[in-house]
Amino acid sequence: MVDARGRRCPLPIIDLARAIVTVTPGATVTLWADDPAAGPDVAAWCRLRAQELVSSRTLPSGGDEFVIRRRT
Amino acid sequence: MPPTGTSGRSVGAVPAYLDHASTTPLHPAARAALLVALDEGWADPARLYREGRRARMLLDAARESVATVLGARPDEISFTSSGTTAAGAALLGTATARRRAGRVVMVSAVEHSSVLHAAAVHEGAGGQVVQVGVDGHGRVDPAAFTPVPGTAVASLQHANHEVGTLQPVAEVARRLHEAGVPLHTDAAVTVGHVPVDVRALGVDLLTASAHKFGGPPGVGLLVVRTGTRWRSPGPTDEREGGRVAGFPAVPAIVATAAALEARTSELAAEGPRLAGLVAELRRRLPALVDGVELLGDPDPTGSVRHICAFSCLYVAGEALLDGLDRAGIAVSSGSSCTSDALTPSHVLVAMGALTHGNLRISFGRDSTQADVDALLDVLPGVVREVRARFGAADLDHTP
Repeated sequence: MVDARGRRCPLPIIDLARAIVTVTPGATVTLWADDPAAGPDVAAWCRLRAQELVSSRTLPSGGDEFVIRRRT
Repeated sequence: MPPTGTSGRSVGAVPAYLDHASTTPLHPAARAALLVALDEGWADPARLYREGRRARMLLDAARESVATVLGARPDEISFTSSGTTAAGAALLGTATARRRAGRVVMVSAVEHSSVLHAAAVHEGAGGQVVQVGVDGHGRVDPAAFTPVPGTAVASLQHANHEVGTLQPVAEVARRLHEAGVPLHTDAAVTVGHVPVDVRALGVDLLTASAHKFGGPPGVGLLVVRTGTRWRSPGPTDEREGGRVAGFPAVPAIVATAAALEARTSELAAEGPRLAGLVAELRRRLPALVDGVELLGDPDPTGSVRHICAFSCLYVAGEALLDGLDRAGIAVSSGSSCTSDALTPSHVLVAMGALTHGNLRISFGRDSTQADVDALLDVLPGVVREVRARFGAADLDHTP
């Protein structure tokens, strides 16, 4: 679980890249971010790094939640 | 005085000006024409005395010259105060005239802001806007541009301003015409850079901007093909065939025609030369910088020949621009941190591209191999330095 709210891009993506290697393949990382570039960049990062964007939703407390599964 | 190049720009001030898609220095032929026209074409071209007639002659000759280059008739050409004004007039003027056909305006998701802002005005006035998405190269699927019922007009750029991808304009025009819907194309990226012929494209309206092909700032081109239903969205007078109100900037228009004519005559040599610079950048970048995603169509025939865009993982576009600027290299970025609104480029978002660490390199008439070398000498170090500053130096950057 990474709360990158208040951090501007590319910092949330750097946080995600750092977090993904701490979980075992098949497990997920949950990222919270509120930068307007986070949505497109999480999706693009998953495509570039062959990871899986499982789901995303808007958080009631502000920002978005992304769930990313480590594939490799 | 620093030395000046053939374009007259100060070469000493910027070792590598690589933002020609934003604007490019005045073409020497345009400069010469402008100076003459300032003296010869200052009078009101609507007046019947000698000075007025002289200005009128210059204006008519410029219109004829632009029409010839674009494959249009002189009376189909109007000069506006900018490409943005021209695009707005093209789209809103057709939507206004075809109001009874419907209230839908179709645009691609990657249009220039001038078209999207005009579409927003239409929507604000009670109209409807339908956006057509693009693929990973930024290109629309012509089948997706099939008009929905009630479509008054559609707009599709000739090429994208951020990644250079050419759009299937002729095919989209054909599909729209089957349903009786006219097409506007924003050709600001292509006019003066690749051959542009309104008849070959089959479009009903075309717009462009002089300062993007070596003309002066303050002149836009508005082509309304004969038979196209169009009514000015604003007040008009007798100027420019009743399409553009106000005193025309005759000297700047004369310079625009000179730039377009000169640039067109140089295209056969310049196109392949600039394409070579882009190809070299695309070839060398991935080897020099880890974590680079090249954007746009990898097939050079699917793209304009002077634009190369890419994104670098784990760096902020603003920090890249700043690092390159300190080395005297001027480029542009679609990353959110470089925009006033702090939102990422709608083009990159629509393509599904990485929006951070984005750069657009664009070449022009005075770009050389030395510019490419200067950029590639500096960029890897700037990326490394920015990654270290953002705490991303140790991450695996291989895409």
